[in-house]
Amino acid sequence: MTAMQETFVRSEMLGPSAPPISERGAVKWARSNLFSSPLNTILTLLGITALFLLLQGLLPWLLNGVWNANSLAECRAIVAANAGEGATGACWAMIRERWHQFLFGFYPSAEYWRPVLAFALLFAALAPVLYAGIRRNILMMLGAVTVCLLAALIGLGTTAPHLIQATVLMAVLIAVAVWQPKKLILFTLLYPAIAFFLLWGGSVWSPVVAMLGFGVLALVYRFLVGRLGVVVATGLGFVAACLWWMFAQTPLAAEINAVLPLGLTPIDSDQFGGFLLAFVIGVTAISASLPIGILLALGRQSDMFLIKTLSVGFIEFIRGVPLITMLFTASLLLQYFLPPNTNFDLILRVIILVTLFASAYIAEVIRGGLAALPRGQYEAADGLGLDYWQAQRLIIMPQALKIAIPGIVSSFIGLFKDTTLVAFVGLLDPLKGVTQVVRADINWKGIYWEPYIFVGLIFFIICFGMSRYSMYLERKLKTDHR
Amino acid sequence: MAEAALDTSKMKISDEVAISIVAMNKWYGTFHVLRDIDMTVNRGERIVICGPSGSGKSTLIRCINRLEEHQAGQIVVDGTELTSDLKNIDKVRSEVGMVFQHFNLFPHLTILENCTLAPIWVRKIPKREAEETAMHFLRKVKIPEQANKYPGQLSGGQQQRVAIARSLCMKPRIMLFDEPTSALDPEMIKEVLDTMIELAQEGMTMICVTHEMGFAQAVANRVIFMDQGQIVEQNEPKEFFNNPKSDRTKLFLSQILGH
Repeated sequence: MTAMQETFVRSEMLGPSAPPISERGAVKWARSNLFSSPLNTILTLLGITALFLLLQGLLPWLLNGVWNANSLAECRAIVAANAGEGATGACWAMIRERWHQFLFGFYPSAEYWRPVLAFALLFAALAPVLYAGIRRNILMMLGAVTVCLLAALIGLGTTAPHLIQATVLMAVLIAVAVWQPKKLILFTLLYPAIAFFLLWGGSVWSPVVAMLGFGVLALVYRFLVGRLGVVVATGLGFVAACLWWMFAQTPLAAEINAVLPLGLTPIDSDQFGGFLLAFVIGVTAISASLPIGILLALGRQSDMFLIKTLSVGFIEFIRGVPLITMLFTASLLLQYFLPPNTNFDLILRVIILVTLFASAYIAEVIRGGLAALPRGQYEAADGLGLDYWQAQRLIIMPQALKIAIPGIVSSFIGLFKDTTLVAFVGLLDPLKGVTQVVRADINWKGIYWEPYIFVGLIFFIICFGMSRYSMYLERKLKTDHR
Repeated sequence: MAEAALDTSKMKISDEVAISIVAMNKWYGTFHVLRDIDMTVNRGERIVICGPSGSGKSTLIRCINRLEEHQAGQIVVDGTELTSDLKNIDKVRSEVGMVFQHFNLFPHLTILENCTLAPIWVRKIPKREAEETAMHFLRKVKIPEQANKYPGQLSGGQQQRVAIARSLCMKPRIMLFDEPTSALDPEMIKEVLDTMIELAQEGMTMICVTHEMGFAQAVANRVIFMDQGQIVEQNEPKEFFNNPKSDRTKLFLSQILGH
């Protein structure tokens, strides 16, 4: 008992001090990441060797690249002359000569301003969706789009009237974004009709009358929703809109066009190709499959037997069938089921089936998000007296979609790349279709790497962009502070 | 407990019936969870329900706003009978506030938005007005300064107080509490109980499933003891704790008070 310790009371707390040099900066990083153990050191050295060999092979090919030539043979002659016999070099001259086919297919070159304008407006339409409520970001996006659009149009040698029209249009959109940012979503809703008109041309009245069909839907819905509830009113509104499109659409559009003919040169679907085609299919399918997927996911969780069975059946059937089968269905089988002599555009048919295909996958991804939500969220929403649709819209979906963002964006990226499969039904996709056309040219026969690298690079930029956006969105929506 | 400070001036029990449950039975599949429940709650009553786990006490109060469906018998809340009619269910739910064990705040909305959501969408109250009401109740539960934070940034006790404020924003006539303090650290239990006591002092009709016997003694005018899906004993708190009648109740009380 005599060895009792002295009592100790700390009179002053210690402040933090800097870590030793081996725990800081580059030394620490290299130690912990590259040379943390003998095995890691060996792997690091092997990795560096592999990288060196790769660059040794690749760099001369890239550096010897030729941009000015008229044929592959000429390219090779230039490389041989510059770098000596037996040297390799890329032949980018092919891209310089044929880039427009990779982008537009056989779209008439005098009308290039139309897809370019449609592409620019796509971002204007997306801005309020991507950056909901953040006016600064929307304005920055619109500004950048305007600059790029004008540069592209001037570069393409667009005539002055079209240039002025495009400028005025973008100026109006920016003005709306400055003073009435909420109204910009109206442009988003109108965008499908605008893009359709710009890309396919023809009478302006067809898309206008088609949009009126949605007006009919809204009118019927508003008239009935108080009496019959959300689901029935929407259903009847949809039926009314379908009747409008089936019976009123064609005669009414023709009628108005006879009185006031207004329109653009019609372009046939056969002339679409390259990234224009990939975007038309990809963007439409992506934006349509999300709402359909949400409804399917909700249907799958429904208590109502019929709705549940139909949703499960649809999802499982679609997921069980390869996309190529669906595309063949679009190009061949659908013709048999439609009335004789109906000319139902091939691109439209492909879009519909790709959309259905994607929505089945999206539905399952969203179901994963729904399953991750605690039951208490449903109970709290119910307990406060919110009805089913309010609870879904305000409580359940915002959270489920947030959880499902990585999966949804993965699906979208996959879908966008899958648009190249339309090559199998004779459409001119950028990867196989256009490349084949280019390589069929006697001047470029035998070129392999360059077109694929070019197309691959564009796909990469787009898909990487989507992926980065999804990460931005996840950060922005992170409110749980776990 | 806050017995000494309890202001009973507004705690009046009227003759008006707020909730009446008659011969109510409920099954989960073939399991008979609630058996022949008969219970009447008058306006202004403060009832504590206790009992061992699995005795059906949570299920009982969840039946009162139809988070659970009963299969036989009758439940009438504020003159509205609970049937499968969705309109009636929504009406009852908007009149009856519910506070959960795990708070169930909406993590994607701020505290203020949590509180204004239902008034705006269910009661159709203008946003400005709903926000004023929400701030009023947030001040009442003593966390107005947290209004623009997200639930994940608050402590458990604060979250539960927000959950109470969220329910109060709907101006309910009845409040149900489903083990509101069971998921909280001991030091946070008091702040939530204080809020509930304050609510009781204002004459709110309350049914509370809880194991806080101090709260029951201080605030309740009736304690109901449940076991195996049945009401075993109910009495005023003093009698219930000092002089329990049934053996089951005695055993239960000795177990929860005996340490």
